[in-house]
Amino acid sequence: MATYKAPLREYKFMLHELFGVEEVSTWPGLEDATPEIFDAVLEEAAKICEDVLFPINRSGDEEGCTFENGVVRTPKGFKEAYDAFREGGWTSLSAHPEYGGQGLPHVLSFLVEEMICSTNMSFGMYPGLTGGAYNAIAAHASDELKQKYLPKMASGEWSGTMNLTEPHCGTDLGLIRTKAVPVGDGTYKITGTKIFISAGEHDLTENIIHLVLAKLPDAPPGPRGISLFIVPKYLDGDGGPKRNSLACGSIEHKMGIKASSTCVMNFDEATGWLCGEAHKGLRAMFTMMNTARLGVGIQGLGVAETSYQSARAYAQDRLQGRALTGTKYPEKPADPILVHPDVRRMLLTMKSQVEGGRALAVWIGKEIDKSKHHPDPAEREAADDLVALITPIIKSFLTDMGSETCNTGMQVFGGHGYIREWGMEQLVRDARIAQIYEGTNGIQALDLVGRKMPMHMGRLLRRFFHPVDAYIKEASVKPELQEFILPVAKAFARLQQITGFIAQKGMSNPDEAGAAATEYLRFFALVAIGYLWTRMVEVSLPKVDGDDGLFYRGKIATARFFITRILPQTNAHAAAIMAGAKPVMEMEDAAF
Amino acid sequence: MKVLVAVKRVVDYNVKIRVKADKTGVETANVKFSMNPFDEIAVEQAVRLKEAGTATEVVVVSIGPAQAQETIRTALAMGADRGIHVQTDAEVQPLAVAKLLKAIVANENPTLVIVGKQAIDDDCSQTGQMLAALLGWSQGTFASKVDLKDGTVAVTREVDGGLETVDLKLPAIVTTDLRLNEPRYASLPNIMKAKKKPIDATTAEALGVDIASRLITLKVEEPAKRQGGKKVGSIAELVDKLKNEARVI
Repeated sequence: MATYKAPLREYKFMLHELFGVEEVSTWPGLEDATPEIFDAVLEEAAKICEDVLFPINRSGDEEGCTFENGVVRTPKGFKEAYDAFREGGWTSLSAHPEYGGQGLPHVLSFLVEEMICSTNMSFGMYPGLTGGAYNAIAAHASDELKQKYLPKMASGEWSGTMNLTEPHCGTDLGLIRTKAVPVGDGTYKITGTKIFISAGEHDLTENIIHLVLAKLPDAPPGPRGISLFIVPKYLDGDGGPKRNSLACGSIEHKMGIKASSTCVMNFDEATGWLCGEAHKGLRAMFTMMNTARLGVGIQGLGVAETSYQSARAYAQDRLQGRALTGTKYPEKPADPILVHPDVRRMLLTMKSQVEGGRALAVWIGKEIDKSKHHPDPAEREAADDLVALITPIIKSFLTDMGSETCNTGMQVFGGHGYIREWGMEQLVRDARIAQIYEGTNGIQALDLVGRKMPMHMGRLLRRFFHPVDAYIKEASVKPELQEFILPVAKAFARLQQITGFIAQKGMSNPDEAGAAATEYLRFFALVAIGYLWTRMVEVSLPKVDGDDGLFYRGKIATARFFITRILPQTNAHAAAIMAGAKPVMEMEDAAF
Repeated sequence: MKVLVAVKRVVDYNVKIRVKADKTGVETANVKFSMNPFDEIAVEQAVRLKEAGTATEVVVVSIGPAQAQETIRTALAMGADRGIHVQTDAEVQPLAVAKLLKAIVANENPTLVIVGKQAIDDDCSQTGQMLAALLGWSQGTFASKVDLKDGTVAVTREVDGGLETVDLKLPAIVTTDLRLNEPRYASLPNIMKAKKKPIDATTAEALGVDIASRLITLKVEEPAKRQGGKKVGSIAELVDKLKNEARVI
């Protein structure tokens, strides 16, 4: 069995000690989100996740979803768990109060999502997709459509999906073939096939609201000719709901998240409504994608946390051999494997990146709230810029980290990690998809160097560079922080230099930017997390001798590990980037 | 009908208890606290009575440090109407708790008081009984079923031999056992609503109760470690060991 208890102490550290989250309750619209509410909500969410979602995680993986005659059944216990989750109001956490939501901050929602993904990533897909669809409708649909769909999606009675991918196109959505023909009464007939549709069909909710990308007859070719439609599974009929002409054709058999249904959806003149403006569907879809990308990053973080907790417990329990420097636990028949440098290296690699990654997520979560609620428009714009810049980094870095962490967790378990019983291999399989969907991590890196970096003449980058630069200046003169901040300062200077290098070379040859993108994103993430670890040290130092001294001493030791053993990875990334595109591009295609 | 429920903030049942190095008590720094599980059952029962229309108001009392307010909020999020916090940082033993509750009962005039049968920290299992004695009310302890009637309440008690049902005249005290109900999870909207529900703060002095400890804790120790078992060769050897080594027969 994997081990998991919601890391509530960590959350309090992040929210109250590191990021001063009480600030959000001073922003209009978030008055209710006081620190006590944060704690009360997290504590109750922890109970649901630990007691309801976690126990059906492994059974859900073993059983998977089943498909028969167009009907998808989720594994045993999922319907009951979903009902408990919905009745508890958890689907409405960050939905708007006017549609029955609680209007709570995104930063809080991030941590609740983390707990859901830690305990049952497959389960989290269903409310997660609904949240994405909700956001797209809220941002783009007419008032009438909002009134019709949002309340029931906020309450969780109805769920939502995103229908983008088709058999011949995923990343390049300009190629889609699904058609939408206007009927003349304001509705459209949608025809086409979509694949890889998460939660496309299931037995958890009474209706499923599909958001479908399709082309109108007069659509210009390419991505500028795509429109977004709302296509519900059930329509209003005389005397009750009427089945729309759409169906699930089959479900995929896949590596992980087996309790999440991944569907082929066939639309056969299904009735739909335009969401937003004609031909502007891709933009509307991006509203959903940005939230979804952050959500996928949180999935990586969530599974990594469970893997770390499990590996930690195993390393403390598993007695095997003796410490290299002589027996540490003479009263036991052997020492726990935690005494071994290499096991500690693995655990610290996990811990330093999970906690560092969480700091990045919580920081950006709070910035999302700032971008929506801060009274000063300049502050809102700055926050929005930072969120846009860091979104591909969160998606890509946290999911790569999640996958690597789960693999390391398996390694700590040795052979017991490879067999199913301990649940570690499930985490590896579940975590893997997060690097792929919602735009592969390669696409995220291109988003960073190709779109975010040049956007508004580098304005987005400055939203990160300026405050970090200011912090480095301030921290560098504090003797107690120097061992942490000086390596960060060095890496930060290098990051700026490399940014200039890529911007310049990428201008004349886009392949230069493309070849550097993945390493650049990683470099960026490591610097950001190094900066955040230094801030965590600053918060922890005065508290090392207090009641909770162990917690803070642990933070400082973890920071030291990160700065000395992980941050230097930037050197290798820098070397790879500076080698330019030639080593990647020179080989003839036929030689592969 | 008003129902009064007392709740205690205790070290969470998941926490592995460690004794302090100086043996004055158990380690409570940096330990997760939550509502005593038996008290959760008490709150649940009161809220169910309200949902059934039998009770009109559910008042929750907690005695303890400032953080005990969080425990009251948890009860409010489960559906209780308002809270009373008797703030004290001192150790409060069952007799003092019972006296404080008696004073609150005098102010509030509830028809039914529900408390957990014991708290999982000290396992005293005394407060409900002492309160009943101080008030001169009927008591139904270790309840696995509570059935309110007109002017009386039938309480099914878990006793050593099985179940015993007693009919009590109201007002009465009920202490809850594990099988009485399964406490709900607080829903998100109710957590939000709980924030706006009132909690009155008071103190032992204001209630005119002397809470000085009548018992002194000499020392707290971990239970002795279990020794490994032994294999015996014959029944005679077993009897001999039980008699002379273990000295249990």
